[in-house]
Amino acid sequence: MQVQSMHFKRRASEKLDDALLQSNMKKAKGKFVDGRAKAVAEFGPWEELRSHCAALRDRVIANLDAYLVEFERNATRRGAVVHWAETAEEACAIVADIATKNGVRTVTKSKSMVSEEIALNDRLEAAGIRVVETDLGEYILQLAHEPPSHIVAPAVHKSKEQVADLFQEAHDRPRNTDIPALTREAREALRDDFLNADMGISGANFIIAETGTTLTVTNEGNADMVTTVPRIHCVVTGVEKVIGTLEDFASLIRLLPRSAIGQTITNYLTLTTGTKMPGDVDGPEQMHIVLVDAGRTKLVGSDLEPMLRCIRCGACMNHCPVYQNVGGHAYGWVYPGPMGSVLTPAYVGLENAGDLPNAATFCGECAVACPVKIPLPDLMRKLREQQFDRRLRPWGERAAISMWSFAVTRPGLYAFLSRWGARVASWIGGREKLIHKLPGLDGWTKGRDMPAPAGRTFRDLYREGGR
Amino acid sequence: MGARENILRRIRAAQGRAGAEPTEGEIAAVRADIARRVAGPLPPFARPADRLAQFLKECDRLSTTHGQVASERGVPAEVSRYLASQGLPPQVVGWPAYAGLDWASAGITYDARPATGSDHAGLTGCFCAIAETGTALLLSSPAEPKVTALLPETHVCIVREARLVDTMEDAFALMRAEVGEPPRATFFVSGPSRTADIEQTIVIGAHGPYRVHVIVVS
Repeated sequence: MQVQSMHFKRRASEKLDDALLQSNMKKAKGKFVDGRAKAVAEFGPWEELRSHCAALRDRVIANLDAYLVEFERNATRRGAVVHWAETAEEACAIVADIATKNGVRTVTKSKSMVSEEIALNDRLEAAGIRVVETDLGEYILQLAHEPPSHIVAPAVHKSKEQVADLFQEAHDRPRNTDIPALTREAREALRDDFLNADMGISGANFIIAETGTTLTVTNEGNADMVTTVPRIHCVVTGVEKVIGTLEDFASLIRLLPRSAIGQTITNYLTLTTGTKMPGDVDGPEQMHIVLVDAGRTKLVGSDLEPMLRCIRCGACMNHCPVYQNVGGHAYGWVYPGPMGSVLTPAYVGLENAGDLPNAATFCGECAVACPVKIPLPDLMRKLREQQFDRRLRPWGERAAISMWSFAVTRPGLYAFLSRWGARVASWIGGREKLIHKLPGLDGWTKGRDMPAPAGRTFRDLYREGGR
Repeated sequence: MGARENILRRIRAAQGRAGAEPTEGEIAAVRADIARRVAGPLPPFARPADRLAQFLKECDRLSTTHGQVASERGVPAEVSRYLASQGLPPQVVGWPAYAGLDWASAGITYDARPATGSDHAGLTGCFCAIAETGTALLLSSPAEPKVTALLPETHVCIVREARLVDTMEDAFALMRAEVGEPPRATFFVSGPSRTADIEQTIVIGAHGPYRVHVIVVS
């Protein structure tokens, strides 16, 4: 997918002015957060579970090569073909090649963020293959020709009226805005494709080294059909998704749906291991697993390594005040919210990520909500430092930070400047104690007044207090 | 092999290890780690005093309905009662294992074959069921196809009370003991298919079944 993240500021402003989007985002607000809070409170040893799962993810990442090779060995033993792709390009070429060689005409897909990342649909369509997204949210967005705006609820930015318009055009049926009726309409529209597609493409929530298993969790049951009915099943997933054992999965599945939507388990969940066995009446004859790097291995051993633990639950964006207000599209690439502000620069380059490491209030909610304890604000702070060091921030900002750093590392100078600064600011604030316009920093005062300081610095008051 | 080698080499270099392939010692260490099968912390309700009560409580939460019969012989009557209560026709497509039950007396036509997209109700058993989450675990095999649980709008699932376990970990242990490795499809069903993709409004019956009815055989 084309990166638009360098335009975050402009896009965020547009989203804030978009009345329809604002109303759609308000409807979603709270549902995820409340659901998760309730599920976590009910669970009991939640913190212990978070620590356990963070540690098990770290253990694999520390030996990622060996776990991947062990996974490959077991998957191959069970009849799957394991492919490796260094880039998005390579991954697309592998899948297109499998499809073309097997005369595939229609592909059904269950939701896969990696396939969004590598723009797989475009590539398959260019090869003359029909691709049908089957997750309801993804199906809506395929009709709208839009990327997802949330990793779990891709069409969270759409209202039922907008969905009704899209369905009316695509299904040639009378327009209706009843949500259950819209859902039924999608079910009926997709049924034939589910039953007749030549190839099913899915992502994987995890892949298990012990057994060579890939797995999908869904509430809709669509992934379970995509991985069972067509004669070819192709899994496209990131190299970091590997875990050790079925027991590791049992722990992680206690975290994932609770963190995502407050559910104890998803309604459907399939572990797929290899191809159709002798005598089986269902299941694919061919199973292909494409392990995609596309920037992931660059994170190994780096400051950003904890990001590889991510289990894609979406809790960080659900809890982020910036995401809640601007929505996912403002972030300009596949992964929005705090996890996206770290992953986008990591995968597509800091120079293409613009303001993303700054798209945060640093309230810390994301780090608290993250089920695998990724220190998201710390990682964003590290990216900010790298942006500064690599001179990727505007000249004025770099100059201001350099001056600040000069002053703050000299206590005498800092005391002098802050004493005078506080006095001047207090004087500007006047009797109202509010500053309406800050010279040179009008971005700050454009939408709100700045409260004026008391006129004396904390250090002065502290000294006077005699302690 | 270029991509594989490059990816592995990059990981190893980042971790201060040479070469493009993990050594035998490193693979052995990973296998030893896997063999330890470290289990994670469990919530208190994962070890319930009354396993069946916990299972049924979770079924209710996930909109799975349930009935109870004393023996397998009672299944056809319960299926008949359930289908009638939902206004559904007395036709069932199911696993061959249950073809021998007396369906005719209960007024039901039973077809022992894998379900297709046009069948209304599918009947399956399960390998075991998990009390913690109200889940039925189905293992695919020639006589136990997964499609029967997935394609029809109604899925009726027979759970033997003796096959009820506390947790997913216990279910995996049972699978290892009785089956060995996981089969092609290890399928967990926890209530009917649902979606909240339009305005976060929950709708039961997305692409999979609209109804899941569990019959517990004591």
